[in-house]
Amino acid sequence: MSQIIERTGCQPAASRVEYVVPAVNLHHDAEGFTLEAEMPGVAKDGVEVTFEDGRLTLVGRRASADRPGRPVYAESVRRDYRRVFDLDPSVDASAITASVEQGLLTVRLPKAEAAKPRRIAVA
Amino acid sequence: MSIIRTPLAGTWSPFDRLAPWRDLLESAFAFTGSVPGVWTPPLDVYEDDEKVTVTVELAGLTKEDFDISLDGDALTISGQRKAATGEKRGESFRSERFFGSFSRTVTLPAAVKADGVTASYQNGLLAVSLPKAEEAKPRKIEVKLN
Repeated sequence: MSQIIERTGCQPAASRVEYVVPAVNLHHDAEGFTLEAEMPGVAKDGVEVTFEDGRLTLVGRRASADRPGRPVYAESVRRDYRRVFDLDPSVDASAITASVEQGLLTVRLPKAEAAKPRRIAVA
Repeated sequence: MSIIRTPLAGTWSPFDRLAPWRDLLESAFAFTGSVPGVWTPPLDVYEDDEKVTVTVELAGLTKEDFDISLDGDALTISGQRKAATGEKRGESFRSERFFGSFSRTVTLPAAVKADGVTASYQNGLLAVSLPKAEEAKPRKIEVKLN
């Protein structure tokens, strides 16, 4: 059975991790981009922001001890968050900064100096 | 002689014939239970022997933005999320977050002591803790067998 799964390239359901896609706002200005991702239930040490091959990956892992009793009624999806963005080549990867406050992850993506708008003087 | 009006007769608006399809489309979205533009942050209710806890997931607010009230067994959590003024400059590429006012009301599963209610807001998770009234707590009754 496991050989069949391997050959077809499908993962068995038990090992598949499902994530919630966080709601995001993305603003653009002359100096760069600001990304805001909503990750309620995630503390600062649960956030992972990685940049690889022009892709920005945001992962938010929920603090485990936030279930105060047995659930009576539930609307929230208590899964970890994950979302991947293809970044504009103008972003200076070494200057990316991130902060999290009350479950709101804010990532600042500044543009490289060469990509910033400039006024060119006419000689 | 009777006049039979068929749906294809000229007196019918072509849009009337689309009505069943429109209803079908609307019913597909009815499960969300909300009017477009009205914002309902996800709410959970938990219970143990001592207390009832109501949580609401809301990222990026401050404590002052919440308004919590208890009326009998109905708990109302309302408030407002203000859009940061600094975002106004520049252009927006993606706008998936909701801003503005929200209000959620939930009927509590047990009687609570109104004067012992506490609330905390941490990591974007609002938790309202309501201690149960004495009569709502589970009791063990000894049964004597003769």
